Amino acid sequence: MAVEYDGGVVIGADSRTTTGAYIANRVTDKLTPIHDRIFCCRSGSAADTQAIADVVTYQLGFHSIELDEPPLVETAANLFKASCYRYREELSAGILVAGWDRRKGGQVYCVPIGGMMVRQPVSVGGSGSSYIYGFMDSNYKPGLTREQCVELTAAGTAARHHGT
Amino acid sequence: MLHTLKPCDQQTSGFCFENSRRNAVLESGLSKLGYNAPKARKTGTTIAGIVYKDGVILGADTRATDDMVVADKNCMKIHYIAPKIYCCGAGVAADAEITTQIMASNVELHTLNTGRPPLVAMVTRQLKQMLFRYQGHVGSSLIIGGVDVYGAHLYSVYPHGSYDKLPFLTMGSGAAAAVSVFEDRFKPNMELEEAKQLVHDAIAAGIFCDLGSGSNVDLCVITEAGVQYLRGYDKPTTKGKREGQYRYKPNTTAVLTKTVTPLSLDVINESVQIMDTE
Repeated sequence: MAVEYDGGVVIGADSRTTTGAYIANRVTDKLTPIHDRIFCCRSGSAADTQAIADVVTYQLGFHSIELDEPPLVETAANLFKASCYRYREELSAGILVAGWDRRKGGQVYCVPIGGMMVRQPVSVGGSGSSYIYGFMDSNYKPGLTREQCVELTAAGTAARHHGT
Repeated sequence: MLHTLKPCDQQTSGFCFENSRRNAVLESGLSKLGYNAPKARKTGTTIAGIVYKDGVILGADTRATDDMVVADKNCMKIHYIAPKIYCCGAGVAADAEITTQIMASNVELHTLNTGRPPLVAMVTRQLKQMLFRYQGHVGSSLIIGGVDVYGAHLYSVYPHGSYDKLPFLTMGSGAAAAVSVFEDRFKPNMELEEAKQLVHDAIAAGIFCDLGSGSNVDLCVITEAGVQYLRGYDKPTTKGKREGQYRYKPNTTAVLTKTVTPLSLDVINESVQIMDTE
């Protein structure tokens, strides 16, 4: 999940990768850096999301060097959307793109399965997300501070874990 | 030399999927006649790796299975990639073997191109990009371990192209048995003998508790100084020595009566067939 606040974003994820009922990795880092100030939260097929993230990291890095300035979060989100939409039949990837840039501050973009892209102040994703929609709806309000966002994300991720 | 190639002859490298359609037709036709298409031989494996104080230790069992029959009692599952990078392969035996050979040759070319010793991360990246490209049809699960300029690293790569970087890893059908040993006894920065014992115990757990794994334990210790390939480190499944004598002397059971009935048989036909003994 990812939450915007004034001055940045807070992102959180669990650490479990499974093959069927077997936990292949219990300490996975699903928060992948795409650039200095842009991260993505991966959910869905590990292979697909790792491959897409690598591609976008390369494309964004190249673009940033061409521009000679830090890239926009919206650019990163659009790059994800381009890959996820073009190969939507073959891929199984739900991604949250979150980061900070000078133009619009902290932003969270949701790129779910199918390849849509939309900016949201708060976004949740993954198989456990259905359990915390109610939690988020009742506990999030605009204008939270950084500490409150961190608490919210931690509580949300933990609640999701107990649910699944 | 290249001028003699006809322009329509395309140079293909890597895997060729031309026969997949023919195979699909054959398989559907064969099942009508009652035959089964030959199945790809899977290694039904236990492979494991850990990072210890001075480097990495890779371990593997040595059984290759063809469905429920052991095809090879002593196969080598730890493959060479680079002087200080080795790879354990599980999944389809042929895929694992060929994939690692392709990687070894790519790594050699890369080393010559860059003039630098290879990085484990480089091997992992090439492997995962190749496996993702084949969308899981190349059924090889690999554990790559090695030492490079940045230290000791251990990666696992799955057939669909995802990877994990962890201090200890297990894969194959015996993975659950082996990882339970690791989860119990693994500590960071172990000493060599303790680490070897731990990997050996994990593979032994796979050998005894998983039907698809068996025979011997192979270990491969990779450090900054070099590689120690311990083929047949332990053979926990050798046949034990028979403890007692199970033959009984004649007349142990008393003979009460004995009747002899001769059967009179006539010789009808006698023929000699020479056997080809060469």
